[in-house]
Parts: sequence; C-alpha cells; structure tokens
Amino acid sequence: MEITYLDAIKQALDEEMTRDRNVFLMGEDIGYYGGAFRATEGLYEKYGQWRVIDTPLSESGFTGAAIGAALMGMRPVVEMQFADFISCAFDQIVSVAAKNFYRWGGKTPIVIRAPFGGNIHGAAYHSQCPEGWFFNVPGLKIVAPSNPYDAKGLLKASIRDDDPVIYFEHKYLYRRIKDTIPEDDYIVPIGKSKVIKEGEDISIITYSAMVHIAIEAAHILEDEGISLEIIDLRTLLPVDKKGIYESVKKTSKVIILYEAPRTGGVGAEVAALISEEVFEYLDAPVVRISAPDTPVPYSPPLEEFYIPKVDDIVKAARRLAAY
Amino acid sequence: MDIEKEDLLRLYYFLKLTRSLEDRITAMYRQGRILGGVWTSNGMEAISVGYACALNKNDIIAPYFRDMGAFLVKGITPRRIMAQYLGKKTGVTGGKEGNVHVGDINLGVLGYPSHLADNYPVAVGVALSFKIRGEQRVVAACTGDGGTSRGDFHEALNMASVWKVPVVFFCNNNQYAYSTPVKLQMAIKNVAERALAYAIPSEIVDGNDVVAVYQAARNAYERARLGEGPSFIECKTMRMHGHSEHDAAKYVPRELIDEWKKKDPVINMESHLISNNIAKEEKLKEIGEQVVKEIEDAVEFAEQSPLPEGKEAIEGVYATPV
Repeated sequence: MEITYLDAIKQALDEEMTRDRNVFLMGEDIGYYGGAFRATEGLYEKYGQWRVIDTPLSESGFTGAAIGAALMGMRPVVEMQFADFISCAFDQIVSVAAKNFYRWGGKTPIVIRAPFGGNIHGAAYHSQCPEGWFFNVPGLKIVAPSNPYDAKGLLKASIRDDDPVIYFEHKYLYRRIKDTIPEDDYIVPIGKSKVIKEGEDISIITYSAMVHIAIEAAHILEDEGISLEIIDLRTLLPVDKKGIYESVKKTSKVIILYEAPRTGGVGAEVAALISEEVFEYLDAPVVRISAPDTPVPYSPPLEEFYIPKVDDIVKAARRLAAY
Repeated sequence: MDIEKEDLLRLYYFLKLTRSLEDRITAMYRQGRILGGVWTSNGMEAISVGYACALNKNDIIAPYFRDMGAFLVKGITPRRIMAQYLGKKTGVTGGKEGNVHVGDINLGVLGYPSHLADNYPVAVGVALSFKIRGEQRVVAACTGDGGTSRGDFHEALNMASVWKVPVVFFCNNNQYAYSTPVKLQMAIKNVAERALAYAIPSEIVDGNDVVAVYQAARNAYERARLGEGPSFIECKTMRMHGHSEHDAAKYVPRELIDEWKKKDPVINMESHLISNNIAKEEKLKEIGEQVVKEIEDAVEFAEQSPLPEGKEAIEGVYATPV
C-alpha cells in the first residue's frame, strides 16, 4: 500500500513502541492532540499518557529530561514542534547529550525529531534548516530522509542507536511524497548514502527535499544529453565519505545542493572533503547551490527566490557540462 | 527521626574524607602538581555528604561541582578521584575529563556538565523513567545559588511538579556565584521561595549541619518514594575559599568568613558526636587516621598510574561508531 512520508514516520514510532517498551515520546501537543503535524496521531490512545507525554513549553527542559531517561536505559523520542525551536534546547543537545559518552561513558540514546525546511510560507521561525548548527558537534548523529522508505528505516535505526540522533524530517514532504514500502521490519543504516539515480556527467550531492528537485532537473537535462548522478546523503553526520568519493571519481564534476544557508554547513564540508581527498579526479570547480545567507523570508516571491529551484540546477549543470 | 549511631559515624567519616581529600588536592595544586583548576566544597561538605548518605544504593545523583562528598558516598574512590585530577588513565574518566567532571553510571553518578543547572532537567528525566517503570527509586539533583537563575532550573522544577516525579532538588546556597552575591542574583530573600511558584514543597536547612541536611533529605526522599512528587531543599552555607583556588575572593567581606569559620561543618559534627556520647575522641582520631591513609594511598596510586596515550583522544566519541 502506498503511504506518505508522514505515515512512514508514524509507522516507525508505532512499531518501535510496540517492539520495545523503553521507547516513549515527549513533546508539545503530541499526546491528546496528536502533534502539530499529526505525526503521533492515535499513539496517545494506544500507549497512554506516560508513553506519549505532553510536555510544558520547555524545549530545553524536556530534551534534558529525555537525556536523563536515556541514561536510565529508556529510548525517548522527542518532538520539536518545529526544528526552529531546537535553538532553545541547544545547550542540552551539545553540552550534555553529545558529550556524555565521551566525557564519562554515559550512553544517551535519544532521538530528536525536528520538522524543518521551507516552501510552506512559514518565514524565519517555521522554515529553517538548522542542521548546520549541529554539524560541528562531535558525538551527535544527524539524519535527513528524503522519502517514505528512508523516513521509516532511518527513524527505526535512530531509535535503536545508542547515540543521540537528530532526525530532520522535511515538512514540505510530509503529505506530498508517497511510496509503497515493505511491510516487514527493516532499518536504513545510519552513515550510508544512496545513489538515487545513476549518471555519467555530473554528481549532485544532496539530501531531504532537495533530492526531489534534483530528480526533476535530471529529467530535463537528460533530454539535453547531460546525465546527472544523484547522491542522497541520508545521514549528514557522520557523512558517508566513501559514497561521495565514489561518485566524484566517476563523474569528475560536482554540484552540492542544500536548502540551508550557504556558509559553513554541509555544503562547505562536502566541498572540503572532495578537495582534500579526490581533487585529482575533478574536471571543474565544485559548485554549491543553496539558500542565501539570510533568514527565511515570508512573501511568496521572496521565499521562491530564497529556496533553490530546478532552474538553478539546470543552469549550473549546463555550465559545468560545458566547462 | 532517630539516626543510628553507625549512620552518624558514616556521615562523619565522609565529612572527614571529603575535607581531607580536597585539602590535599588544594595543597597539590599549590605545588603545581595539578593542571587546570581546583574547585572545592571546603566548608560546604555537609550538603553533599548529607544528601548522598540519605539515599539508597540504587538511587541516582545529578550533582554539581561542589559535591565531592556525594561522589565519595556513591562509591567513587579517592584513588580514582586523585587519578582524575592528574589526568591519568585510571581516573574516573580515563583522562577524558578533569577534576570534578566525573560520572559513573554503574555507581549512579551522572556526569556533571559545567553549565550550572543543566543537570536539573536531566534529573527530572531520570525520575520520569522511575515513574514510567514503576520503580521505587529517587534522584537527588544539586546546583548552586547562581544556577537557580538559569532557565533550565525553572523548566526542571515546573516539569517535575506537573509530572509529580520522584526527584529532590538541592541548592547549595553558598552566598556567592563566583564573585556575584545572592542579592545581585535574585530579589527574593531565600532561594527556596523559587519553589513556591511551582507548587513544590520546600525547606531551608543549615547547610553546615550534616545531620539536618541528612534528615531533610531523608524526609524528602520518603515523600518522593510514596509518589508525592518533588521537594526542594535550600542548604544555607558559605563558600570559604575563592570560586576556585586561583581566586583570592577579595570581594567577600572578611567578617563573613570569620563568622562562618565558627560554623565549620566538620568541627560541628565532632562536637555533636562527643557531646551526645555517640563517639569518643579516640574513635574520631581513628577515623581521621584511616582517612589520611586512604588519601596517601590514593596519591601514590594516582602518581604511579599511567597517562592515557595521545591517540585515545579520538576514541569513544560514539557509543556505536559508524
């Protein structure tokens, strides 16, 4: 049966809660109400108020509480209502969760679900892609699925992982992306990228919602005789270096495509890795397509300008093909 | 509440051990044998000794940095602590962390993060797990007067009270957060008043009276185990040294130190034990000698222990490496 990206998330939560009674959920409005995006709908009724916990408006507080429960052997999954509000929990994530194991051996298996991304007219506080804020923090794992299969498999893998994982789920994909996925239990391993489409001329290294515009661009360019290879990183931290290098060695030209602000994030790191490790395979400069270094704007023409578009990729690919 | 003689002697032993161990660490710091900073609980030992001695073995502590007494009571040995200060492989954290930044999940000691009050929400989560699993365990969390100004302190008290979880919050009110006196920290007279806003019962105790801290803690743990929710205990004391050993604390009026010198928690307890015929001077002397031996042994152990190898720096970032 075909299910949405959002259904895949809900199924993963439900199945993990059934499989392991240590798994429980915390967040704002996730219980009786079922979550701002309905990701936890029905779970409160099924598992009760102490496994689907409605929290006070305290992102730092409930993230800290998740850490404490995790240290006692529980496997909490917290929901940031919007990824933007994760800034309130920043200290608990980077100072406590990420460092517990290294500093004193405290295993902290928490999952932080963070609905992120734009194209929903949410402006500066409901559209951000904050993965870059955490990309520089040793001890964290960061994943960002682009489709229902990965959404379910990566969430299950994150819940079963012994480290803190930030799970960035894209709001734009929730109900737009559907797929038929296996009914049997499966996971998508953390740390492995996926070749979404094989190609010969240019590698597009991307993740989350941007994967879909890369696919659209690839169709357009195919007609012009330019063959794109699309790499979906799936895990951002630790990033799959091998997957990146293999594709670069094959195509020798690279576009890194991401929705976050341009500077100092995943794009910069992937570009640096490529220039350090596979420089001699490159036939052209590495190209980044990203949002500009501004807050996310509201008005439709502004937001449309802000978020990378199919046309941006098509133009960049033509330039690279001719290089 | 009656306290057994052996419990009183246990309190005294840990007071004496904490005082002597930290005095020794301070002396070694002045000799240049310890790198980094040294923050002690000198003059405040009764708080962490008291709250930790009142716990059961399988209870948890979410300590702060002047809780050496609680580390010792929970079973972190002087050997491991001394090795920790010297950055040795045999230290509590194998050299990954320094000084009071210890943690040992097997002993029920959560790692202390420098950000004060960060451990308060973490403690609430520990208590929440006990509630979810129906366990009769409690968690003791501690912070300083300064830490109570942080948002995490308030979020933690609020969540704990809404969820009615078995956590007891302690505040070591030693009157100064580094150089900032309590009057510049808050407009209320007692830290305990903060608990009122969260409908959490609170108590103010003499933080230099280990028996008073122990009794208040035991009552609060009892409430928590009965499912009656969190409590808050403000322990009033005085920081007798600087914030850390490099700080001469010239901002603290001399008279205040002189006044609190008369209320020394170790001497307090000695008088209590002798005047109530609980122990004779020889017994206390014997405990003192035992403590000295343990500390000498710890210093020797730590100094002879190996340092970690440089390459270990990149190990242990993930519990499940990718």
